[in-house]
Amino acid sequence: MRYFPHTAEDIEEMLQEIGLKSLDDLFAQIPEECRKAGDLVLPGPLTEWELNDHMDALAGEMAVSPEYRIFLGGGSYSHFVPEVVRQLLLRSEFYTAYTPYQPEISQGTLQAIYEYQTLTTRLLGMDVANASMYDGASALAEALLMAIRNTKRKKVAVSRLVHPLYRQVVQTYLSAPGFEVEEIPFQEDGTTDLSSLEDLKEYAAVAVQSPNFFGCIEDLEAQGKRIHTDQKTLFVVAFTEPLAYGLLKSPGEQGADIACGEGQSLGIPQSFGGPGLGMFAARQKFVRNMPGRLVGRTTDRDGNQGFVLTLATREQHIRRERATSNICSNHGLCALAVTMYMACVGGTGLRELAQLNHDKAEYLKKGLQNVGARIPFAVPTFNEFVIQVPGGLTKVRRRLLEKKIVAGVDISPFYAEFPEHYLLCATETNTREDMDALIEEVGS
Amino acid sequence: MKELLGATGLVFNEPLLWEQGKKGRSGYSLPRRDVDSSPLDAKEVGSGPDFPDLSELDVVRHFTRLSQWNFGVDSGMYPLGSCTMKYNPKTNERQASLRGFAAAHPLLPAELSQGVLRMMFDLQQHLGEITGLPAVSLQPAAGAHGELSGMMIVRAFHQDTGTPRSKILIPDTAHGTNPASAALCGFTPIPVESNEQGVLSPEHVASVMDDDTAGIMVTNPNTLGLFEEHIREIADIIHDRGGLVYVDGANMNAVMGIVSMGEIGVDVMHLNLHKTFSTPHGGGGPGSGPVCVRAELEPFLPVPRITKKGQKYSLSEEYPKSIGRLQAFYGNVGVLVKAYSYVLSMGRDLKQASQLAVLNANYVRKKLTGVFHLPYDRPCMHECVFSDKNQEENRVSTLDMAKRLMDYGFHPPTIYFPLVVHGAIMIEPTECESKETLDLFVDACRKIAEEARENPALLHDAPTKPRARRMNETEAARRPCLAG
Repeated sequence: MRYFPHTAEDIEEMLQEIGLKSLDDLFAQIPEECRKAGDLVLPGPLTEWELNDHMDALAGEMAVSPEYRIFLGGGSYSHFVPEVVRQLLLRSEFYTAYTPYQPEISQGTLQAIYEYQTLTTRLLGMDVANASMYDGASALAEALLMAIRNTKRKKVAVSRLVHPLYRQVVQTYLSAPGFEVEEIPFQEDGTTDLSSLEDLKEYAAVAVQSPNFFGCIEDLEAQGKRIHTDQKTLFVVAFTEPLAYGLLKSPGEQGADIACGEGQSLGIPQSFGGPGLGMFAARQKFVRNMPGRLVGRTTDRDGNQGFVLTLATREQHIRRERATSNICSNHGLCALAVTMYMACVGGTGLRELAQLNHDKAEYLKKGLQNVGARIPFAVPTFNEFVIQVPGGLTKVRRRLLEKKIVAGVDISPFYAEFPEHYLLCATETNTREDMDALIEEVGS
Repeated sequence: MKELLGATGLVFNEPLLWEQGKKGRSGYSLPRRDVDSSPLDAKEVGSGPDFPDLSELDVVRHFTRLSQWNFGVDSGMYPLGSCTMKYNPKTNERQASLRGFAAAHPLLPAELSQGVLRMMFDLQQHLGEITGLPAVSLQPAAGAHGELSGMMIVRAFHQDTGTPRSKILIPDTAHGTNPASAALCGFTPIPVESNEQGVLSPEHVASVMDDDTAGIMVTNPNTLGLFEEHIREIADIIHDRGGLVYVDGANMNAVMGIVSMGEIGVDVMHLNLHKTFSTPHGGGGPGSGPVCVRAELEPFLPVPRITKKGQKYSLSEEYPKSIGRLQAFYGNVGVLVKAYSYVLSMGRDLKQASQLAVLNANYVRKKLTGVFHLPYDRPCMHECVFSDKNQEENRVSTLDMAKRLMDYGFHPPTIYFPLVVHGAIMIEPTECESKETLDLFVDACRKIAEEARENPALLHDAPTKPRARRMNETEAARRPCLAG
């Protein structure tokens, strides 16, 4: 095996040094009754070349662009990733390093995370961001747990327009320690209706997503004002498409106490849903109560600027069962990818790109409307929108598939009141020609 | 000693991203605009993020320079105990970047995602074979996430029997995250001391196990690098009182093909694919922490689950007893591809990986005995734990020696963990290091021990060769500056 450097002679010499006769003797501490009966039954070992063939075949069974034209969003978005990001990520000093516990030889990782934290606060309009978490859904769950710790209240309210799968994750995280999650209904226009929340004092936090699961842009400012009529209740803003904030007002400037969500859009491959990036930012006053790693700026013995993991007394390895979370990693390499992406695209570029994304989706939306599709929700959307096609899209989708077009996420499993409603998405990766092909099929 | 590994060389100073660039530069090829502009209402529109504008080469130089300030497995030996910093095979990166995997949308219909579903299904089977626990979920995103799922399963199991329990036993040689993971599920962690041999004694476990205790969360091999040799008896004690045995499988690299966790009474465990199965640590993630359980506990696994009918794979949520969903989608699939590639590349040689990992650890243990104090002087598994007791009289600490190792070209071992050893130095060489590299490492340690006696100031000042010196961590925590 090419990953093992040991020759028979090495093994012999090393065993001799230890005072043993065989490799089996190394395991003498393990009682006979604990030894595995029989050998492992596994395929392989494959040569590098056999593995390539096998993996090529598996990957070949997947429907991806350019062979397929994909119009799917719903929490995972197709965006171009500059080659620069892909190649720089392969600098193995980054990807083969551990958590930067030894700052003297981890300054590359540490400075990059500090830059990630900074760009994240700027994108979201917040004061502090952590070094990232697993994904958008778990970041939201952690945000709600943080609000519960902060307010000592045991209930949270989450909009039904927060991604349904995120709400499932929230349920998993909050029900284990016995907290309650209440769902907030929505209005006919496709935005959250906070009027059902009678006594805000009951809630540790109110969570809204914008753009929401239907792609609709929420009026966060008005919602924030309403939520802050109670001084303690935290306003949590979730997101699945952070590119939107290249164009839209940020959560921070609209009153969010915590902004959290998925960063996949910003330079991370979709990879069938993971790994993604849990982005998490908050207002300054919550910093010591935040979950996750933080990198801070300091100086070294020579007085030079440097960076370290800091405020570790919040964390599991120091505070153990009283920690702010059990998380003991971040999605470091994904955060690095996002930093590289944001650096490439830049402030000017991000705005142009966000506008282009919006315009593409608007083109598709209008085109579909022109061929008879109904847009049930009136408010402006970003990148994705819900449609209903007379006679249903299910049949059309089958026809589309024959043309290798994959369009629309069926929302009825999550919203039974909307049968035959689909969520469609277009980004900068969808050309006008592809959109026209889709429109034509829906119209025919 | 041969020529020192650690040397100095030209690296570059590099400012923060926003301290460079100019408005109007761009490092991104903006996609062609083939549709009309459709402006949003002014009340929706913000001012846009205050990011620097950089050229492509600016970005390339920036991150290349930063990378040169880092130490990775590809740079040199990284003997971090319990972290299993083994070589991350290059072929795995190729496989994960194949378009079919990397560009796959998670909400593709099952008939259009058979390749990835099959890969995941087969990986579950293989991990089931390796652990002896046949029901596997690949959803947890990291080790601590796997622990959390495992604890949720334990909790759900007791609730299902109608008798919820409130406590969980956690040995002092368990991993540091365990108490926090248990607490997130509402359990009260009860610490259990290990004995003079560094392992759990069945009598002691029996004395703390009761009918309100959900089970035990044991790291095996434990963080002293020792196999919990009484695990079978302990499992019987726990099971007799209706509890479950959870194993933190972070140290599975020691016993692949040697111990079947299912056969020795373990009910639930998690694996760290970024340790045992060679996926890179990425400077702190993403990892992957699959949870494996015995068949009776399968109904509690996270959803969705992958099902196979004939030759067709699909995702199913129809498991009413499931603990629920832990990530929006199905786990860190990009990481799973790498672990799957590793398992196929290794096959039955996985056992040899464990044998050589244990060989390397024992070789280092033997060679360093006397140089450093060995608190538990007995053969170890994949890692060995020393302390700084021999150097105390010279006022040299574990931290000083760890920092000095950098000057010699090695990443330091895990230090000050496990907590049961004062000033712990926890060394895990992994199977990937050659005898020559281990000898160099041992020589460096000897030299450092000598310096501790003769010139302790050298150690107090270390490191001197890396670009950065020791950091003022107190200042960082007192006046946190977390964004620029």
